Amino acid sequence: MIYFDNSATTKPYKEVVDSFVKVTTDFFGNPSSLHRIGGEADKLLMKARKQIADLLNIKANEIIFTSGGTESNNLAIKGAALMYKNRGKHIITTDIEHPSVRETFEQLEELGFEVTYLPVDEEGRINVADMEKAISRNTILVSVMHVNNEVGTIQPIEEIGRLLKNYPKVLFHVDHVQGVGKVPLDLNLVDLCSFSAHKFHGLKGTGLLYIHEGIQISPLLTGGGQERKYRSGTENVAGFVALAKALRMTLENEKKFLGNIVKIKETIIQGINELEEITIHTPARGSAPHIVNFSIKGFKAEVFLHALEEKDIYVSTTSACSSKKHTTSSTLLSMGVPEEIAKSAIRISLTYENTIEEAIFVVKAIKETVNKLKEVMN
Amino acid sequence: MNYDRILIRYGEISTKGRNRNHFVDKMKKSIQRAISDFPNAKVQGQRERMYIVLNGDNGEEIIERIKGIFGISSFSPAVKTSKDMEEMKEAALQLFRDVYEEGKTFKISARRADKTYALDTNELNREFGAHLLKNIPNLKVDVKNPDIDLRVEVREEATYLSCENIPGAGGLPIGSSGKAMLMLSGGIDSPVAGFLAMKRGLEIEAVHFFSPPFTSERSKQKVVELAEKLAKANGGYFTLHVVPFTATQQLIHKQVPENYTMTTTRRLMLRITDALRERHEALAIVTGESLGQVASQTLESMFTINDVTATPILRPLIMMDKTDIIKIAQDIDTHDISIQPFEDCCTVFVPASPKTKPKKEKVEFYESFVDFEPLIKDAVEGTETIHISPKVKEEIEDLF
Repeated sequence: MIYFDNSATTKPYKEVVDSFVKVTTDFFGNPSSLHRIGGEADKLLMKARKQIADLLNIKANEIIFTSGGTESNNLAIKGAALMYKNRGKHIITTDIEHPSVRETFEQLEELGFEVTYLPVDEEGRINVADMEKAISRNTILVSVMHVNNEVGTIQPIEEIGRLLKNYPKVLFHVDHVQGVGKVPLDLNLVDLCSFSAHKFHGLKGTGLLYIHEGIQISPLLTGGGQERKYRSGTENVAGFVALAKALRMTLENEKKFLGNIVKIKETIIQGINELEEITIHTPARGSAPHIVNFSIKGFKAEVFLHALEEKDIYVSTTSACSSKKHTTSSTLLSMGVPEEIAKSAIRISLTYENTIEEAIFVVKAIKETVNKLKEVMN
Repeated sequence: MNYDRILIRYGEISTKGRNRNHFVDKMKKSIQRAISDFPNAKVQGQRERMYIVLNGDNGEEIIERIKGIFGISSFSPAVKTSKDMEEMKEAALQLFRDVYEEGKTFKISARRADKTYALDTNELNREFGAHLLKNIPNLKVDVKNPDIDLRVEVREEATYLSCENIPGAGGLPIGSSGKAMLMLSGGIDSPVAGFLAMKRGLEIEAVHFFSPPFTSERSKQKVVELAEKLAKANGGYFTLHVVPFTATQQLIHKQVPENYTMTTTRRLMLRITDALRERHEALAIVTGESLGQVASQTLESMFTINDVTATPILRPLIMMDKTDIIKIAQDIDTHDISIQPFEDCCTVFVPASPKTKPKKEKVEFYESFVDFEPLIKDAVEGTETIHISPKVKEEIEDLF
């Protein structure tokens, strides 16, 4: 099996699953309980938070554990918009966000907020000058993803962060879900930042939101007051311990194998570029090391995906979240890719467990599949 | 980096004359304990210097471990060579190349501990400097503010070369000043007092008073966590005595007028700690008291409480401001544990208005109606001793 769909989800590390099982079996207490069993669970939760803070170079009290990327994005955006709606009702995002950001903005639009959606260039990148023009006296929030989940384009987060330092009223949220362990991000430049554990070999249903110290947002889930009242609900202690371990292992692997993954990506791009039917959408510069998005002219993406599946190779059409809806990639359309070509887009997404040999095998398989399907169609 | 040993320089202990071997021995033990899980590294202690010979173990990890060990003024990753000039120069060049980056400046600091060696300090400086300048293009000397200071120490048995000088934790090696009992409550102050006492060379065993069900299992866990932090300075080992205190506190409550209960409670804690001190062969008691901080820490209170024993009571924080204490607590990672809101032995049974100026005669009078001795004996006998060691922590560490 060659699993090349790591932006949809990653396989949890075995060590991470072991931690989960051990904690959920032996330390099942509710961290809020006053007795020893609760205390042990609380201690593990504190330790997980501390380890994550150290790994991310932030403070432990800046971490709010959540159920994943979607919740973190919802909490950051709605939480900030609701908290500061009296300061202004203008919020800014981009045309190429993940649905959990885009739909959230649309929902706020229905609630009376004014939204600016920034366009992107042919590489899928926004222009910081556009951002500056869009900011008005009523702007209270900017949300920009770090690494685009469909094509891998990296947004100019540092530049935006520096720009927004001039606008102390504007909070800056970054959806870092696809960047963790692949493209470093300096959290000092942002106010709110979303993480999802299953994108870095942790478990589904766990994630976190970084909230810069001193910033307040409205909670979405109210109740027992866990997570400093930002996110009520009994903590998933085992899941968050597993998250801490997955993050540690992922960042260690990033240090060791980043060069390797860059080579795998180059091998794939060079290999498939030899086909005349190929258009590569992932920009050559300023893109994440683990995502390659391309179209094969004249082939329906879904057919191609299943043809590769027959060879035990697993890739994706567009992002997993929108692929079931059979809609064409909105990121590609925003980049100005014609609909005909966008319809045949395939995404390969890598992780540190992938090898050069797999890349060579997949390139060969893609070429064979193109030739075979061409015969059928002619 | 291409070093094979770590050279350790002693701090204050190098001023000690006849006791020197005792100090060196304690420090050697501290270091051995801290790196006991490295299979090959060996500690070699000498009068002037100590060396950890790596024998292939991970030098960077070992450096992290020894950063917190008391008694070390500074240390340097180093290479040992023979005293043959060509071999020394070659080794120096290799070591230098590991840390050198284009544009950095350097100087040579030679030291000739072996006075019989043919070249003197200045000649050594020149020899090594010339060799580096010849072999590394564009290299510049800066004797005032060098980026890299290559130290060359020609000693009797060999020459040692090092490029980096890393500051150590200072203080005196743990155990070199003897042993004391620390009264560890769970608040911010007492762990800091323990840390400072250890830094001054004391071997510390902590005493905690536990009053179930008035204080919870979680407040005890909190103290265990604090003890684990203190253990860090001691290679991961620490001893914590947990004294069952419920019966004593209840009796005090029944017998002594409310505004004097606090004073009597402290007097009994001190008596019990003193009994434990004797049993564990320590010579002093360390507390986190800071003058005037709370009712029990006025001079009048201290006078009345202290009256139950002649054992020296060491109060490292006595003249410190709370803000300075908090800063140290944050540095040693105990602050966030201490501020967790669980009831502890100091916060239950607190009278509404405790006497800030208790009279010794009065408290003696109130206490004279009861014989506390059997209770003290029971408390000492019933004390649970928890031995913290790195191995016990491993199971939890594996989860992360």
